[in-house]
Amino acid sequence: MPDLLPPFDAHRVFVAPWTTDLPTYGWMTLMAFLVTTACGLVGNYLILRRMALVGDAISHSVLPGLAVAFLISGKLTLPAMLAGALGAGLITTFLIEFLHTRSRIKADAAIGITFCSLFALGVVLINVFASKVHLDAECVLYGELSHLALAEHSLGMPVPVLVMGGVALIVVVLIVLFYKELLITSFDALLAGSQGFAPGKMHLALMASLSIVIVAAFESVGAILVIAMLILPGATAQLLSTRLPICLVLSVLHAAVSAIGGLHLSLILGCSMAAAVVVAGTLLFGVAWAISWMRQRARTIVSDIHAVVS
Amino acid sequence: MRFPKTVVLPVIWLLLTNAAHAARIGDLTETSITEQALRFFTFSDPSLRLALLGCILLGLNCGLLGGFVVVRRMSLVGDTLSHAVLPGVALGFLWNHTKDPLAILIGATLVGCLSMLTVSAITRTTRLKEDAAMGLVLSSFYAIGICLIGMIQRLPSGNKSGIDKFLFGQAAAMNGHDITLMAVTSGLTLLFVTFGYRGLLTLSFHRAFGESLGLPMGFLHHAMMLLISFAVVTAMQAVGVVLVSAMLIIPPATACLLTDRLHRVLILSAIIGIATAVFGAFFSFLGSNLPTGPFMVLAGSLVFTMTFLFSPKQGWLTRLWRQQTQKCRIERENTLKAMYHLAERYGFREEGITLLELANTRREPLEQIRQRSDDLIRQKLATLTEDGSMLHFTPEGWRKASAIVRNHRLWELYLTNIMQYGADHVHDDAEKIEHVLGEDTVRQLERRLDFPQTDPHGKAIPGARDIHAAIAKPNLGKPTGY
Repeated sequence: MPDLLPPFDAHRVFVAPWTTDLPTYGWMTLMAFLVTTACGLVGNYLILRRMALVGDAISHSVLPGLAVAFLISGKLTLPAMLAGALGAGLITTFLIEFLHTRSRIKADAAIGITFCSLFALGVVLINVFASKVHLDAECVLYGELSHLALAEHSLGMPVPVLVMGGVALIVVVLIVLFYKELLITSFDALLAGSQGFAPGKMHLALMASLSIVIVAAFESVGAILVIAMLILPGATAQLLSTRLPICLVLSVLHAAVSAIGGLHLSLILGCSMAAAVVVAGTLLFGVAWAISWMRQRARTIVSDIHAVVS
Repeated sequence: MRFPKTVVLPVIWLLLTNAAHAARIGDLTETSITEQALRFFTFSDPSLRLALLGCILLGLNCGLLGGFVVVRRMSLVGDTLSHAVLPGVALGFLWNHTKDPLAILIGATLVGCLSMLTVSAITRTTRLKEDAAMGLVLSSFYAIGICLIGMIQRLPSGNKSGIDKFLFGQAAAMNGHDITLMAVTSGLTLLFVTFGYRGLLTLSFHRAFGESLGLPMGFLHHAMMLLISFAVVTAMQAVGVVLVSAMLIIPPATACLLTDRLHRVLILSAIIGIATAVFGAFFSFLGSNLPTGPFMVLAGSLVFTMTFLFSPKQGWLTRLWRQQTQKCRIERENTLKAMYHLAERYGFREEGITLLELANTRREPLEQIRQRSDDLIRQKLATLTEDGSMLHFTPEGWRKASAIVRNHRLWELYLTNIMQYGADHVHDDAEKIEHVLGEDTVRQLERRLDFPQTDPHGKAIPGARDIHAAIAKPNLGKPTGY
């Protein structure tokens, strides 16, 4: 199908983004990298705690948080957005807990009910009250990295990149500071409790930072693609290593490769860059899956040989 | 079925005024909310009728299948499927560059099956758990879909394809072909559930048992997954990719809070599904251009919230209220019991029990005992003398007090004589169970213990004669036992 793909031009796809169009594409790639890094680092812990789908839920319910913040403050300033997202994230966590501890509803249904209702509420609020803001429905679903080109600059870089960079930095600092606490509460909450590490507080803190990361990433990648950013880097890394520090480093690497790969992929296919970054990340996951599968095969073959020899 | 007059009259009025409004259906100028509501309920708009029919089919289909989804704890499978079929929708569109519902259904179903296979392949061959695998498949398939849609929208045919309507859903965008397809898939679901009910019941609660019986569990499971993906894909036009899973979760979860039997859950959830779909369509129609999906989901969550709070058996508030009344009853019964003990200590004189004595026995401040006695008087279980110092049993109060003491002592006897407990270990247990023993159990206990006279501590057990004779002559004489 010739008209489905834009005509291929090696210069436009591979050379121009790094030379003449660097001011546009450089920021977009950096943004994609920062989003995937921040999400991926938090996501590692989500996967370990088997809360991948709670991330899914919070990413949807950030929307009504933003809408309410907008309705109250009248405009989408950064503090209002952060407050809205934080509130939404904590309310989601609370509601899920409440529903499945206070009734016979199971945890999975509680997650589904909570985030679907909150997301629906968000869409309705935006449609009814806030249709004039740039927080439109399309942006919620696709996210648009190219909005960066229109963003204001401050300190020599677009404001969203600055914010996302700040959030990513905070995530890194928090993980370094609370590495031991996060590690022990993720693997054995009971042990952590007996050692005085307050697993409940760590859980809430993780949810809070998850909501902040999601809201910072929201405009660029949308509510659903952010789930991919949360899970893909960690899942890929955990296929390749069993050590948490190595996994964290690998997910940052995954973020970098998928951001650059996504840039070129989006130029080849002519589609939204946020989606292309995820597709590139998925390809990387596929490669990691193949590697881990081959390693498993090799291990069984080696042990078979050992068995035969002995 | 009979409708109350208050419902029938407005409907007749609406039907009569129908003709006057039919003239203005065609033009799409801004109309007031009441007129929009009128248009909705007169069903005079053909496209509206189609959309409504679609909503009813959708609610039925999703409600029925959702019952199994929720009971089997697969709620998030619906979520995964609904996001992951997006590339299939795009591919179906690319098949002949129109929004052919059949091509879209086939494409989406194939991709849906592929996504489920990928989830199970990931969980089988790697260390990743099911939740991570589902989140991963959901979002990466969705991203591929977004890429494809972005490419399609650049096509000359894709620009006006209305494929973006799949994201939030617009019931009004459905045409006759869509409805036919929906009717066919809903019919399939209905047949499947009716004829496979036994097998599906076993599959939902005990798959291994079904396998041991030789029932085709694997076949039923896969057929159900296929029907779920049909349901998701056909409902998508009206509800949208993101929220279609809610139609699989919210109505059955509501039904689960209302009843215990699976067939009732299924019927109720189909009804709730239809109701929420129609209400959603109604509200979105009021605002003329709003997406349908979010309104359906909001209608559903409203129903769910009300049920969660007020359901007769399972409701959170009803249960809180029941616990509270139970607590009050137990407190009341304990006061009555203390009064009985005091009366017993004084050899059942005809005099009443002073509040001060009661306060000493219960080890509570006098103020609190006053409140308790007020409560007893309000319940007509006791009366207070003129000077407010002494309590007397009413016949009903005497009956209750002796019944409680009887329950307590019978249970103590049962524990020592039959269960071989030490006599000093039985009091705390009896203290709890005396409030919940029913008459039937008491009769059984009496028979097992051969109508005893005294409890392990040598105190008389009030028998049936004391309890009932006392109605005529309250507060008199020693209990005579059996």
